[in-house]
Amino acid sequence: MNRYPLWKYITVLVAVVIGLLYTLPNFYGESPAVQVSSAKATVRIEPAMLDRVQQTLDEAKLQSEGAYFEQNGPQGTVRARFPSTDVQLAARDLLERTLNPNPADPQYTVALNLLPASPAWMKTLGFFEPKPMYLGLDLRGGVHFLLQVDMRGALTARYDSMAADMRSALRQDRIEGASVERAGNTVVADFADAATRDRALSMLRSRQPDLTFSSRENNGRAELVGTLSENAITTVQSSALRQNINTLHNRINELGVAEPVIQQQGADRIVVQLPGVQDVAKAKELLGRTATLEIRMVDDSPAAQQALMSNTVPFGLERFDDRNGAPLLVRRQVVLTGENLQDAQPGRDSQTQQPTVNLTLDSKGARIFRDVTRDNVNKRMAILLFENGRGEVVTAPVIRTEIAGGQVQISGSMTTQEAADTSLLLRAGSLAAPMSIIEERTIGPSLGADNIKKGFDSTLYGFVAIAIFMIVYYRLFGVFSTLGLAMNVLLLLALLSMLQATLTLPGIAAIALTLGMAIDSNVLINERIREELRNGATPHQAIHQGFERAWGTILDSNLTTLIVGLALLAFGTGPVRGFAVVHCLGILTSMFTSVVGVRAMVNFWYGRQRKLDKLAIGAVWKPKQH
Amino acid sequence: MEFFRIHRTIPFMRHAKVLNAISLITFVLAVFFIITRGFHLSIEFTGGTLMEVGYKQTAQLDEVRSVVTKLGYSDFQVQNFGTSRDVMIRLPLAEGQTSATQSETVIAALKQADPSVELRRVEFVGPQIGEELVHNGLMALLVVALGIMVYLGLRFEWKFALAGVVANLHDVVIILGFFAFFQWEFSLPVLAGVLAVLGYSVNESVVIMDRIRENFRKYRRADVPEVINSAITQTISRTVITHGSTQLMVLSMFFFGGPSLHYFALALTIGIWFGIYSSVFVAAALAMWMGVKREDLIKAPKKVEENEVETP
Repeated sequence: MNRYPLWKYITVLVAVVIGLLYTLPNFYGESPAVQVSSAKATVRIEPAMLDRVQQTLDEAKLQSEGAYFEQNGPQGTVRARFPSTDVQLAARDLLERTLNPNPADPQYTVALNLLPASPAWMKTLGFFEPKPMYLGLDLRGGVHFLLQVDMRGALTARYDSMAADMRSALRQDRIEGASVERAGNTVVADFADAATRDRALSMLRSRQPDLTFSSRENNGRAELVGTLSENAITTVQSSALRQNINTLHNRINELGVAEPVIQQQGADRIVVQLPGVQDVAKAKELLGRTATLEIRMVDDSPAAQQALMSNTVPFGLERFDDRNGAPLLVRRQVVLTGENLQDAQPGRDSQTQQPTVNLTLDSKGARIFRDVTRDNVNKRMAILLFENGRGEVVTAPVIRTEIAGGQVQISGSMTTQEAADTSLLLRAGSLAAPMSIIEERTIGPSLGADNIKKGFDSTLYGFVAIAIFMIVYYRLFGVFSTLGLAMNVLLLLALLSMLQATLTLPGIAAIALTLGMAIDSNVLINERIREELRNGATPHQAIHQGFERAWGTILDSNLTTLIVGLALLAFGTGPVRGFAVVHCLGILTSMFTSVVGVRAMVNFWYGRQRKLDKLAIGAVWKPKQH
Repeated sequence: MEFFRIHRTIPFMRHAKVLNAISLITFVLAVFFIITRGFHLSIEFTGGTLMEVGYKQTAQLDEVRSVVTKLGYSDFQVQNFGTSRDVMIRLPLAEGQTSATQSETVIAALKQADPSVELRRVEFVGPQIGEELVHNGLMALLVVALGIMVYLGLRFEWKFALAGVVANLHDVVIILGFFAFFQWEFSLPVLAGVLAVLGYSVNESVVIMDRIRENFRKYRRADVPEVINSAITQTISRTVITHGSTQLMVLSMFFFGGPSLHYFALALTIGIWFGIYSSVFVAAALAMWMGVKREDLIKAPKKVEENEVETP
């Protein structure tokens, strides 16, 4: 009666084997590695880079444990593993020197990294390749930021550009005497009379489908008030968030961080986690970095020249250096900013073949640019690039003629590379909406290692204590229970590795707690078996009834616990969620191991014995019959 | 080996009234302490500032502590961070002070004591985060309570469901009462622990209810308190062994898990003990007061158990 068909044994066996396979990489840990990636959009990493890295390392007799090329979307990286951190550091310095001969203009990012140290045969499994669990920041050290995106800023920018578009649309259709301004979160257009307004309204309705217009009279003037529809607002906000995330991605890639997490959280927040990064200042600088373009007029008057010679800066002017280090005095008044920039592309001048950056301005920018160039012919205009709050004059050309149409070509003493870089920064380097850091956390690497050790130790000691007790109290059934509990840990770790879940300290606590609670199922079963024996059942009957009757209770109690786990998962944030994931998975694995796994062991052991007089479940005390 | 050699059913329900009165008093006390003393919330909830300062030589933590104490802070933490020369200081949000001025006053005072000190970093958690955490925590509590009620209502019946949830919330409130009374730090892991206790303690109630239902089937002639008593008696050894095992694990976390798991383990310990108590005396007794009947649990006696026993 206590026999399992072969397939059930095989199922349990397969579960254990898969569990072992997927848990294994966690024990190999990670080995120090050096990662080479591109530092510039124009530099590509090809598989040939792998040979170059290997050759460089061989020449310096640096022992590497293997190097790999990996293509991840458009970006390739080369990673090399090393036996110790000393070799890793030496290799990093060597590669940095060889690959970036000019430290001022690095072509490649050479960064320290950690790679799973699983044996080579695991890599041959392809898609099924077991990978270690991802360790949370509290276990590996790193920086955590929670950024709040200022959505009002994004909306204001959108209204500003809508107002500009409306102005140019009105001008194109020769609707004269209208002025368009943004007023809070509305665009107000003001007309001489109602007839003009109505004409404008029918035109604007088709041109600006995102805006809803309403008419009103104000001091005898006819006005149109445009507001963005709900849908359009949502679009503006989600695209602002997306662009900010993209920008953050671009910037963080430059840091060479191993596995950065950049995620949206809620409607207007972004979580950034940089494992292993200790330099918070650098990370913060990078996140907050904005590359903005400003166009201002150069003051070349004799007075200004004199001030420049005597190293003074007159009021209303600012001193900047150009690319060659020559100083220049520039007016404080900003003609145009990057906000009016629609696109920036590298190119070449059709006549001189010099590298250029071609800017496309929006309609407002184009109009301002035309007016300014018309009024300042034969004067110099400076194009300034602000990066990390520091401004630099990219070029300061003389205005030869009025430039209309919003197409601006910047040429100057630039290399092709610089042109590409500059345009990339201008294009992708800016944030759609300002962000502020509302939460910031840093965990040192030693603290992380400490947390792992403490978490692991406490789980181990607890496990051993439970195992000793179970075996002493329930004898052979205690051994089965302990094996079941071990199988539970194995499957839980395997499942977490398979899902590539992030293990945090609360996660480890959840593993420990799950084990402490999982033993409940075993106790329920063992106690039931004893009870059946006490009531006079034969050993085989007792096993059968014990498992059968305990099952209902186990199901009920685990399902209620699962409800709690799921609620924690739904409402928890951060550590609570990490706890909940492990807790929920642990409930599922413990049900499987205690009911199927342990039963398989018991059946395998006792099922073959036809005549069974005794079960090794510890002494079963029977009350005296009265 | 067997710990429990129980000759006859223990009359647990005989003292139900007294014990329920004690329960009620504990509960009221817990609520009283939560209201009057409040919680010592961690930086995640309150928001606050965290500073990292670096010294030229090994930092004297006691000195740093005394300097910060002189500034009027009582609720702060000073610990090494990374190396022995780096010190991390956690300050609560001070009213009327921004995180910038707060850190400025502290660093100025530290500079006076030792000019070599340098401010490496100031970090903070904004207050809006804390509000959300509290909101989410309460939502989780509500959903858990409702979820358990619905499940128990379907699986057993409404009297048990209500009794189970009341017993559960009783445990949670008492844990919170302990944290309020002793002013232990209430951090996010503790919140996770408290919510886990919800699941844990309902687990215990379910095991007992399951037995009560089974015994209603088995002992046709026994009255309700007798059935409840026999169910608790029969499961008492399992109760003690299971909770003993869980407690072993939790104690291991308490002693070896380091400071981050300390209060988590403490919350669980209280939860485990009150979980046992409330399942036996609160949940079962409440179900009894509410007048749970055989007919409530056994709708239609469709299946007769194979080896039926008439009397215990």
